Amino acid sequence: MSFLQHDVPLNWYLLLSAALFSLGVVGFLIKRNLITVFMSIELMLNAVNLSFVAFAYQWHAVKGQIFVFFVMMVAAAEAAVGLAIIIAVFRARATLAVDRINLMKL
Amino acid sequence: MHLILFFLFAGLCLAGAINLLLQTHPINSALSLIVVMTSLAVLYLLLGAEFLAIAQIIVYAGAVMVLFTFVVMLLNAGREERTLGSRAGARVGFPAVAVLLAVLATVLLHAQGLTAAHLGAGLTDAKSGTNLDILSQVLFHELLLPFEVTSVLILIAILGAVALARADGSKTGGAEGTAEK
Repeated sequence: MSFLQHDVPLNWYLLLSAALFSLGVVGFLIKRNLITVFMSIELMLNAVNLSFVAFAYQWHAVKGQIFVFFVMMVAAAEAAVGLAIIIAVFRARATLAVDRINLMKL
Repeated sequence: MHLILFFLFAGLCLAGAINLLLQTHPINSALSLIVVMTSLAVLYLLLGAEFLAIAQIIVYAGAVMVLFTFVVMLLNAGREERTLGSRAGARVGFPAVAVLLAVLATVLLHAQGLTAAHLGAGLTDAKSGTNLDILSQVLFHELLLPFEVTSVLILIAILGAVALARADGSKTGGAEGTAEK
């Protein structure tokens, strides 16, 4: 069973990260709901985190993993503030469709 | 074993991400994003990042996605409608992103000098303790100041979330920030 002992090239992890990032970009471009657009941004952050972890594995760098930890913290803060902004926008406009939220003025 | 786990969870990851794009209701997108984040946690585990795998599940799949589903349900977000903007985005965006992905894939697949990841490998040589030991040594000694600054950032984010989400003076708009920590 040599299949069970087979290792995974790190390139595949990076390729998965690139694919997830691209899917996040596509979601950011085609989704028309404010919350889903925000979710696509989270997806891109996650994809970048995966390549950080892969490179930390490659160079045995602890700081790469710690950077991912900091990215997670900043993303959590960003999600809290961003969703609060979405609630405020919904209060002002009563819609979540990004095409109808095209003025900064109320 | 590593190969099987990688393909299983990488496939789950990609399927969740594609499902996020295909679903029109935000709650379905949020649930598929949870699938993506949880499978990413397993991939972190395969790459020897146990702490990050747990943090990914607690912070992302737990706190952040609970916040997302909470807001989706609070605002009673319905199906999104297809409009001119989304068609233009699809028409311009898809080729551009396909080109981006093709370039990235070519570069990554031809990258030399990358090792093959195998299960059970630690961050450094095993004599100086487990991965978690090494990680906490660096995080709480060398990088203590950035860590403390992060806690200030979280505090400011909580205050900002409460201040932003509060309805004007009359009643509070819910404790969005408190779900984080």
